[in-house]
Amino acid sequence: MSESSAPTTQRITLAKAINLGLRAALEGDPKVMLMGEDIGMLGGVFRVTDGLQKDFGPDRVVDTPLAESGIVGTAIGLALRGYRPVCEIQFDGFIFPAFDQITTQLAKMRYRSRGRLSLPVVIRVPFGGGIGAVEHHSESPEVLFAHTAGLRVVSPATPSDAFTMIQEAIASPDPVLFFEPKGRYWDKAEVDLTATSGAGLDAARVARVGTDVTVVAHGPTVATALRAAAAAATQGTSIEVVDLRTISPLDTATIAASVRKTGRCVVVHEAPVLYGTGAEVAARITEECFFSLEAPVLRVGGFHSPYPVARLEHEYLPSLDRVLDAVDRAMAM
Amino acid sequence: MNEPDLVQLLTHTGERVDHPDYSPRVAHLDPEALRGLYRDMVLVRRFDTEATALQRQGELGLFPPALGQEAAQVGSGRALAAQDYVFPSYREHGVAHTRGVDLVDVLRQFRGVDHGGWDPREHNFHLYTLVIGSHTLHATGYAMGLQRDGLVGSGDPTRDAAVVAYFGDGATSQGDTNEAFVFAAVNNAPVVLFCQNNQWAISEPTERQSRVPLVERGKGFGVPSVRVDGNDVLACYAVTAEALERARSGGGPTFIEAYTYRMGAHTTSDDPTRYRSAAEEEHWRRRDPIDRLRTHLTAIGELSQQVEDEIAADAEALGVRVRAEVHAMATPSTRVMFEHVYAGPNAVVDAERAWFEQYEESFTDVPAGTEVPR
Ligand SMILES: Cc1ncc(C[n+]2csc(CCOP(=O)(O)OP(=O)(O)O)c2C)c(N)n1
Repeated sequence: MSESSAPTTQRITLAKAINLGLRAALEGDPKVMLMGEDIGMLGGVFRVTDGLQKDFGPDRVVDTPLAESGIVGTAIGLALRGYRPVCEIQFDGFIFPAFDQITTQLAKMRYRSRGRLSLPVVIRVPFGGGIGAVEHHSESPEVLFAHTAGLRVVSPATPSDAFTMIQEAIASPDPVLFFEPKGRYWDKAEVDLTATSGAGLDAARVARVGTDVTVVAHGPTVATALRAAAAAATQGTSIEVVDLRTISPLDTATIAASVRKTGRCVVVHEAPVLYGTGAEVAARITEECFFSLEAPVLRVGGFHSPYPVARLEHEYLPSLDRVLDAVDRAMAM
Repeated sequence: MNEPDLVQLLTHTGERVDHPDYSPRVAHLDPEALRGLYRDMVLVRRFDTEATALQRQGELGLFPPALGQEAAQVGSGRALAAQDYVFPSYREHGVAHTRGVDLVDVLRQFRGVDHGGWDPREHNFHLYTLVIGSHTLHATGYAMGLQRDGLVGSGDPTRDAAVVAYFGDGATSQGDTNEAFVFAAVNNAPVVLFCQNNQWAISEPTERQSRVPLVERGKGFGVPSVRVDGNDVLACYAVTAEALERARSGGGPTFIEAYTYRMGAHTTSDDPTRYRSAAEEEHWRRRDPIDRLRTHLTAIGELSQQVEDEIAADAEALGVRVRAEVHAMATPSTRVMFEHVYAGPNAVVDAERAWFEQYEESFTDVPAGTEVPR
């Protein structure tokens, strides 16, 4: 039999990986359905749902009216009826009309019903900047949801993770905010297309092993951190990159294990630094491994100003230079 | 979807038709005024073509063309009085033109050098709103303010004012838009809710937003509603003029559904061939709003070749100026990232600005604050 030699991995983009993960979920469970604006014939503005309506029909891949509160609110009802809706919010900045439904209803139903009701709803959000877009199309609102109990908040950084994490998110009995790094949609890597699960939704991942400084990142900034690590290596600095994968719950154990080894930590994200993921990571690290720290935990991220015009976004976003600058500062202390 | 009556004053073959309620609203428009409307539409279309080309050449990040919607925008825009206030969506270049906004400034947002591009209070034309439906509530609130300021129903036509909110068929699905109808109705607010039903919300046809013609929705909110041929600049002028007069005189809100068609792509990053047919596009091309008025003016002997050539030359000059001025738009200084976040000093912003300035100065090759064209 030649079956075992059939190739199961394929080199695909992160967008295609999500597309194939959604396809696998639709095939695997007739209760899975997709809903969102322009996800049918058009295949979504990023083509992440390309071809799915054609193959699964308009009842399972639903072009919704242009109403985000409506999308999430009806997904809640469908979930109460036993469906597993996967909602697409077209762009990060347009999730706010649904903010009420997500934070006051979706997040709290299990708790309120003392576990009797479950809402296995996934909300897919292309997020982050760097694509030269107009306002409301480049935001990073993940901590607004991480701050709400009852929601899981995750963000894949690689095609492989995108492929398995979307399937794990759909299988999760909890509501999941699934933040897709839109600036990395076209990044390619080998993906095992037979995998239905990977590292799970709760675990961070060491994306590169190093000894001098831990750089913690998630979603779009993981690639930046890896580039910084490669650049630092040529100067003799060894960076360990931790890809958070999950923002809520936060995998403090994996980060702490890395920081105990390196003694230094820099957290990188696109969202503003004030009250961001970096603040949480820094506080936890200080609590957990204060005596292993050689330097304060530093943060690199967006500023406390609205996301800037496209021509300035590369000054706002954590660049390779800004990450290396923080690494140098950590090393100098 | 069945098609309730459209108010029409100019058929798509360019013949004037009478309407008992609306013909009087355009009776004062002499051939000179009609040529003015024609000129507006030609200029706006030339602007559209130029902006689309600039986007294709990488000079703009994105552009949403108004192609096909010139009559709805110019007709309604020219019906406004100077003291009226407009809340546009993001495609209202034709209305912007009627409010005296330099069309070059509209492109500052799409070039990615500014979040706005003009002074809203100078033109009584608010900044574009990209979050679908949000501004329908702002328009209603602004109208409630006019009411409280005694600028409604005073009987002085130079003082009484109204507000217009422009939005699309897709926007009628949003909660905010429905809430705007509720607030407008219960407050009897002087606001005109002007929907350009261009039949598509990106890839979704109006049928995915509503099972009844949109105009019928207004009645449920208690808002007088009218459906107009959105490709007929005269009819759009007439219904808007009537709605504005009602609003200014204290008669409350009106909902206008301008039935039109988006002839181009949703934006320059859209591919309409994925969701609609060439036959449909062709059908609407034969209903082109500009051709319609040109045919009419020519038929009544009011559009000489010389005038047509003059208008074409003005349009060409606009195109050339738009191109040159867009090329000249420099990337702003990074300083602007920290300006106007708050009215005054703010500890967090000030600390971040100071850090960033120091960081920029650490690079010797590019001095901080240098305006670098990209
Ligand atoms: C709240 C919100 N959701 C989604 C979008 C993305 N989006 C931009 S334009 C558009 C379609 C709008 O259609 P319509 O209201 O009919 O206006 P048109 O563009 O046709 O003039 C969508 C879905 C948005 N801008 N805002």
